Amino acid sequence: MPHDHSDHPHAVLPSDPALRVKALETILTRKGLIDPAALDEIIDTYQNKIGPQNGARVVARAWSDPAFKAALLADADPVLAELGFYGRQGEHMVVVENTPEQHNMVVCTLCSCYPWPLLGIPPGWYKSDAYRARAVREPRKVLADFGMTLPAETAVRVWDSTAEVRYLVLPMRPEGSEGLDEDALAALVSRDSMIGTALASTPDDGGYPS
Amino acid sequence: MSDCMELSAPEPAFLEPWHAQVFALTVSLNEAGRFSWADWVARFSQTLRRNGLSRELDGGADYFDAWLETLEAILAEAGNASAQEVELVRRDWEEAYLSTPHGEPVHLAR
Repeated sequence: MPHDHSDHPHAVLPSDPALRVKALETILTRKGLIDPAALDEIIDTYQNKIGPQNGARVVARAWSDPAFKAALLADADPVLAELGFYGRQGEHMVVVENTPEQHNMVVCTLCSCYPWPLLGIPPGWYKSDAYRARAVREPRKVLADFGMTLPAETAVRVWDSTAEVRYLVLPMRPEGSEGLDEDALAALVSRDSMIGTALASTPDDGGYPS
Repeated sequence: MSDCMELSAPEPAFLEPWHAQVFALTVSLNEAGRFSWADWVARFSQTLRRNGLSRELDGGADYFDAWLETLEAILAEAGNASAQEVELVRRDWEEAYLSTPHGEPVHLAR
């Protein structure tokens, strides 16, 4: 914003890109190409309704229900559709499971493809050149930046998302989480753990602030 | 290339209202069949690559700058909103802001 004092005689002038977006919206509305109410609905959905809590529910269920997990890993789309987690940018989902032998992490080297129905809008770092370039080249160093050190015997596999395929990491169920119900388990599952740049929290950590 | 990234706590989905607006515009046009998402990704990737040649993009404001640049180009090519049209209406909005008393809703005069 150019200025934000409260003693201005006129309304605060938005930034140049903000004005260009308003201009596009005005032009397209006048031509009947968009419906402003539909835009508000889209914004509300991604600002308030869809986020990593969706993915966390899927992970918690997979930890609790072996048959669900097997189906999810075999063919995620019908399983997620049944839960209502489908649609924009979630058309073809692949769930990859972390094990002691293999840790998975997800990137989009082209732009920022990401499973919106399960995780919402990607964080800034996922969209940065630094992450996009380095995740493939030096994944262990990137993980170290996130404070994660994996045992040397754990292989790291990096999955590159595209417009056609999106990935969700199924983190390993943490120690000490035996006997927790799905709600309590979901609280241990952070966004980053489903991108593969973090592990699931342990119950001792007090869970992840949601 | 810098080795440090902003590793942040949970953040809002959109840092600025216009990021949300341009995102919603694009999704809405895609759903109306104006372009496929694969086409969008291809064009947007090109813009990011081009903009990333001269400096490292941090995935914040520069990401949505590239997003807007891509959408403007697609709409201009399709004849839906030319650069001149956008500039004229942008100026109308600017004037509307400058002539609206602070605190009152801003509307286009025409």
